[in-house]
Parts: sequence; C-alpha cells; structure tokens
Amino acid sequence: MNGRRHRGPGIGGIAAVGVLGWLLVVAVPVYAVVVASLRRREDYLDVGPLSLPERLTPENYLDALRSGFLGYLMNSAVVAAAVVALVLALAVPAAYAVVRSGTRLSAHAFRLFLLGLAIPAQAVIVPVFLLISQLRLYDTLLAVVLPTAAFCLPVCVLILTAAMRDVPEEMYEAMALDGSGPARTLVRLVLPLTRHGTSTAAVYAALQAWNGFLFPLVLTQSESRRVLPLGLYDFQDEFGTDVPGLLAAVVLSLLPALVACLFARRAVVAGLAGGGGR
Amino acid sequence: MSSGRPGRAVPRDAGTRLRTGRPGALWAVPALGFFALFALAPLAIVAYLSFTSWNGLGAPEWVGWANWSRLLSDRDVREAAWHSLLLTVGTWAFQTPAALLLGVWSAGRGRHRAVLSAVFLLPLLLSSAAVALVWKSLLDPNFGLVAEVAPVLGFDDASWFSTPEGAFSALLFVLGWQFIPFHALLYQGAARQVPEVLHQAAALDGAGRARRFWSITLPQLRNTVVASSVLMVVGSLTFFDTVLILTGGGPGTSTTVVPLLVYRNGFEGFEMGYASAIAFALVLVSTAVSLLLVRLTGFGRMSATSARDGL
Repeated sequence: MNGRRHRGPGIGGIAAVGVLGWLLVVAVPVYAVVVASLRRREDYLDVGPLSLPERLTPENYLDALRSGFLGYLMNSAVVAAAVVALVLALAVPAAYAVVRSGTRLSAHAFRLFLLGLAIPAQAVIVPVFLLISQLRLYDTLLAVVLPTAAFCLPVCVLILTAAMRDVPEEMYEAMALDGSGPARTLVRLVLPLTRHGTSTAAVYAALQAWNGFLFPLVLTQSESRRVLPLGLYDFQDEFGTDVPGLLAAVVLSLLPALVACLFARRAVVAGLAGGGGR
Repeated sequence: MSSGRPGRAVPRDAGTRLRTGRPGALWAVPALGFFALFALAPLAIVAYLSFTSWNGLGAPEWVGWANWSRLLSDRDVREAAWHSLLLTVGTWAFQTPAALLLGVWSAGRGRHRAVLSAVFLLPLLLSSAAVALVWKSLLDPNFGLVAEVAPVLGFDDASWFSTPEGAFSALLFVLGWQFIPFHALLYQGAARQVPEVLHQAAALDGAGRARRFWSITLPQLRNTVVASSVLMVVGSLTFFDTVLILTGGGPGTSTTVVPLLVYRNGFEGFEMGYASAIAFALVLVSTAVSLLLVRLTGFGRMSATSARDGL
C-alpha cells in the first residue's frame, strides 16, 4: 500500500535544498579555480574569476611542471603508498588481537590507542624531530613516512576493530573447530570479511599522508624531498601575485587523487559503509 | 558469547580448541611499539621539556614549574585557548548537521545521487594546504570570487581577513568546505546500513519523511554521530596548516589557535621549553575531552550489533 517511496532514509525537501546549496558551494569554487588556472595573469586581474573563459592558456600548467612539480608528486605518491602499507601491516594484527585475544594486555593496548587519538602531532613535533635526527633519517622520505604512519594507527586500529567485531562469533568458532590457528583465521576469515573496513583504514591513511604538512615541513629540507602540500606552500611565495600559476599547481595536485578516486571510489564508499559480516 | 544451541554436539575439548584459535596479545605489540616510539615516548619527552628552558640547541636547563606558572598567567595562551574552543564548537555545530543531511540524502538510491556524491567528494581530494591556498585566493577582496559574489549577497565590504569576525568566519567556512565531505561519507555509509524494514514499517504506520528521519535514521546513526564528533572535536583542537596559510593567525592574534601558538613559540621564538608546556597542556585538554566523549557516549564499547539492534 502506501505508494510513497520509502527507499531513501527520508528527509525530503529541506535536504534537497541544502544539497543543492552545497553543490553550489563546491562546484562554483571548483569552476572558478579551473578557469582561473587557465588564464593569463593580466587577464585574471582584469576580468575577475567568474567571467566566461575567452583567452585560455596552458602556460600556467607548463610553468608549474617546469618548477619541479612532478618530483613533488612522486614524493607524495611514494610517501602515501609506504604509509598505507606500514599502517595496514601494523594495525590489522593489532586490531585482531584487540578483538579476539581476550587478554588484559590487548584491552590495555586498545585503551592506549584510544588515548593516542588525542595526541596532536604538533605537540610532539620537537621530540620527533630529535628522534628522526638520531636515527639519521632527517631529510629523507622515510622521516615523513614513519611518524605519519604512527599517527594514523589509532584511528585505523579503531576502524579495524569495529569491523572485526562485526564478524559473527559463530564464524570464529567454526574456524577454531576446524582446527584453524590464529594466523589462518585472520587470513581466511577475518581479512575477507573485513575488506571494507580495511579499505577504509587504507583510504584514511592515504589521505593523512597526502595531506601531511607539519612532518614534511619540520623533517625534510631539500627540494628533492619535498611533498605536494609543501611544494604548494612554497609556490605561494615563488609565484607571488601569480594566482593563476598557483591555482594551476593546485589543480595538478588534485589530478592524481582524482584518478585514484575514480578507480577506488567503490572501495571507499563500500568501506565507509563498514559492516563486514553483511 | 558461544552459541550453546541445544541439540548440537560440541566436542569436549572445544574450550581449549577455541582458545588455541585465538591470537595472543603479542599480535598487538608491533603496532604498540611503533606507536610508543613515535607518539608516547615523544609525549613523555615533551612533559620533561615543559620543565626546562631550552632554545633547541645545547642542553635543556631545568626550571621547575616556571613555564607552567607563566602559561597560567599568559594572556596569549588564554586567548588562543578561547579561539580553539570557539573553533571546535563552531566546527561541530556547522559540520555535523550539514554532513548528516548530505550523508543521509546521498545514501538514497538513484543515479543523480551517485553523481552528486562524487562532486561532494572533490574537496576531500585536496590537501589542507591546497584548500587553504585556493580559498585564500578566492576570498581575496580585490581579485577573488567573493569580490564578485559579495555585492550580490548584500555585503558591501568583502575584506574578510581584516576583521576578527570575518577571518574567523572564513576559517570556519573553509574548514567546513574541506571536512564536511569526509563526515558526510561516514554518514552515507552508516545510513545505508539502516535496515530498510524499519522505514517500511514506519511508512506503513503513516510516518512522514521528517518523522522517519528523527525517529529511525537518527537513532540508528547514533554511533556514527559519536564517532564523527570525536574525530571532529579532536581534529579541531589541532587545526594548524589551514590556519597558518589562510589567516596566519590574524588579523593581529584574533585567529591564533593553540597549535599555532606552540609552533610560534617553539620554531619561531625558539622557546622549546615553554612551547612544550603549551603543547602538553593541549594534550591534557584534548585527552580529557575525548575521554569525556568516550565515557558519555559509550564509544569505547561501541557495540557491533548497533546496526542490528533495531530489529
């Protein structure tokens, strides 16, 4: 009966208006940025950011590429990949122990990670700097990877713990009755059932690495170790009032993430939807 | 926890067998050790440094509670703490409803929703530095987007960054622009988990869309609201790069937040000891806040069955 569609969780008109408003808030700036990045500097100052594109030029993009942009991009990609690999290698077993080992130690470990959520990177940047110097890693990409990964751990352990708790107890029991050890259970049961949670954690770690600003700022120095956010920050000084040049660099920095997202979107969304058991 | 269904033959030694199927606590050690090395040990060092006077070179000199008593009477600290608090509250109040609406809406089926959610994701792909730089140029009173939009909206003056309120609002807006998509995504995922049956039942009972949102969707999203809020609050206490790039803490010190103050004192003023005291105070506060949130909401034992308990 009731012919009303109740497929959507249902909020109706207000939401639709809000959503359209938000669409404007996102789309208009993106449009303005892309168009501005294709303008010559003089034109940008003359006609303003919203006017229709007439004389467009790829010059800004070529300039950005000439000033070492591809190098920053590579560095960011390497850092992101390494952070994701390291975080998953550490967080998956940790979450598994928290959920399944049932010992006091693992419960304490979980509490420690929960507390760790609240430690801001800015607070410990001085000792981390000293540590990295002592390890003779200063001004290497590894110097950025290690602390970035460490600071991703609490959230990722939390995400993975929630996902693993969703695996029904009976399945663990069935595995155990079949004589499976913990490692086999992890590989054959937990990982397949929690791959959404795992991809969420991976995406989170990748975003953190991609976003990283403070660690690269303090722990690296040379141009050849520069990651994207720092590269952009430096462009700001280098390009001065050349807004189109700066914006071209920003758009370039967006492209790899966009490509990655096009491929991984399904995984990202499914991952955030969580719920391994279902 | 075991099923213990009647009429099912369970081997006698099932108890020990089940135990051997469990991983030991050792599995958590690598992650814990790594985390301790880069976060917990440095935190202990910060605690120590907060009792010293140190310019970053040479040896730290023990000064007892000097930094701490200075901190308590420091107007800059009080001001920055107030700004951080305002920013946290403002962020939560602005982003939560927006993300909730966006997330719930985009969880619905329909092709247009999928396309639109892809657009919403865009800000998520930009680094904080990129977002701040983009908005710095878009909000430029002379050449930016707002120079054109402001008159239309009825503002005659678009120089946001020259007044404290303007700079603060700009900060709130830009942070929202950057982070709402992430939280919307969390809500979208969670909203998809809400069992369809509940909506159908409510619809049969004659509940309208708004009623169903309040009485079904929202309660079912409880855990997500908590998770998203914890991330938001802890995150807002540590905003650094966006503030540094967008307003530089200005005009004057009107948007200087605690992390920026730590950075200024430590890496620009070379007062590592004092910076450490401020930093440690920040950790204490944000730990207390997140503990409080976890306690109040039961986030720590967030139940795995939450998505099902409506059934």
